[in-house]
Amino acid sequence: MISVIDYKAGNSQSVINALSKLGIEAKLVSASDELSRSDAVILPGVGSAGETMNSLRELGLIETLDDIVRKNGVPFLGICVGLQVLFDHSEEGDTECLHWLGGQVRRFGKDSGRVPQIGWNEVRFQYEHPLVAGLDKCDFFYFVNSYYAVPEDGSVILGRSDYGPEYCSMAASGNIFAAQFHIEKSGESGLRILRNFAAIANKRIAEGSVC
Amino acid sequence: MLTKRLIACFDIKNGMVTKAQRFQDNIEIDPAEKVALRVYEEQIDEVIFYDITASSEKRCIDLDTVKRVAKLIYIPFTVGGGIKTLDDMYSVLKSGAEKISIDSMAVRNPELIREGSLAFGRQCIVLSMQVKKVPVTDKIKSGYEIAIDGARVMTGMDAVEWAKRGEGLGAGEICVNSIDRDGTMSGYDLDITAMICDAVNIPVIASGGAGEPEHLEDVFNKTQSSAAIISSLLYSPRMDRNYSVRELKEYLQGRGVHVRPWKDTVGNK
Repeated sequence: MISVIDYKAGNSQSVINALSKLGIEAKLVSASDELSRSDAVILPGVGSAGETMNSLRELGLIETLDDIVRKNGVPFLGICVGLQVLFDHSEEGDTECLHWLGGQVRRFGKDSGRVPQIGWNEVRFQYEHPLVAGLDKCDFFYFVNSYYAVPEDGSVILGRSDYGPEYCSMAASGNIFAAQFHIEKSGESGLRILRNFAAIANKRIAEGSVC
Repeated sequence: MLTKRLIACFDIKNGMVTKAQRFQDNIEIDPAEKVALRVYEEQIDEVIFYDITASSEKRCIDLDTVKRVAKLIYIPFTVGGGIKTLDDMYSVLKSGAEKISIDSMAVRNPELIREGSLAFGRQCIVLSMQVKKVPVTDKIKSGYEIAIDGARVMTGMDAVEWAKRGEGLGAGEICVNSIDRDGTMSGYDLDITAMICDAVNIPVIASGGAGEPEHLEDVFNKTQSSAAIISSLLYSPRMDRNYSVRELKEYLQGRGVHVRPWKDTVGNK
């Protein structure tokens, strides 16, 4: 079962709708014990990095996420702010983040034009990866963001996009995946990524690597 | 590079898509789900629903239709009409929309913009404005005045000033609806669209008047608008012909407008 973390103000329902259209079993989860039984986890993001970190802390989910994702290798997919909070720190509200990936989250500057960035932007995939299997090397996805991640280690950058500066629009490191764009709102290309993510989770179960 | 968005806009009444002219004389087209699915499959970039009678009938928005449509389309989905409170906004978001359009209610209670923005994030709040060309006065320096309640009531507010104020209060996007052009198929009002694009730093959506593919080319090449609303072009029975999203995108690409290209094998390799 895929757990979609529900922190009330978010767009978790849209993610559930998209998974359900694909026939993928998933449920909204906001309790730690339920989360600990997940085969895969999606952290949808709406709102700010600070609010997201606060919600995760208040719901007592940070330790559980650390256990299942970082220690046990459960596949994880962060969306939008769900990508940003994986890094060390965000300029948005001077927020200490999860430190799963090294790097900073910065605000788009004057050379980026209108902020927030709202709309479909091109993502250039940097290498082949099961998460983006079946997609063209460049494809368009729907973004809504004022901040962007700057990873320390360039090898975690799975996708790059431009909005003023070139930035990391998709990250992958082991079983941790994330997209700055809204996978659940990016039409058939976004649905393909969700399907690929479910396939990664199923493969892991089939290989019996579940603890 | 960020692409220019084509947004399909539907006026909904009792679960049916209708088409108006200058905010009046609505004719019924098809059930909301049918029209929404059609434009989704045609790869439209975004969808907006206005529940056009929610406000005047003093009832909440038709959430059942919103829920049914949200399960069919996996692209950004904005809903507006009769939204007065944070609770109304939350119900709409929970039904599967991710943006809320507020218009007359924001004029009556501008704090609604700030409250919504703080509660759900700036990106959720689209400030939609009904603008009408009027003589330039000391009070209305731009020569465009804000109207409310389906263009029936003039407010004495300057459109450009209201757009700036809306941005300051926390709106994430501004949708500029020209009352004079609505449903006329004579092209967007480029003057007010350009003035508002220059006045704010958030994305601006042009609305009202698209009747030819050239009108889209004009609004994107002659103003800084980030998106344009189309409806008659796609489905109005008053038009000599309707266009597919693919035709419009390919037309715009041929004229140097950067749009998300139409693809025939998307995600299905």
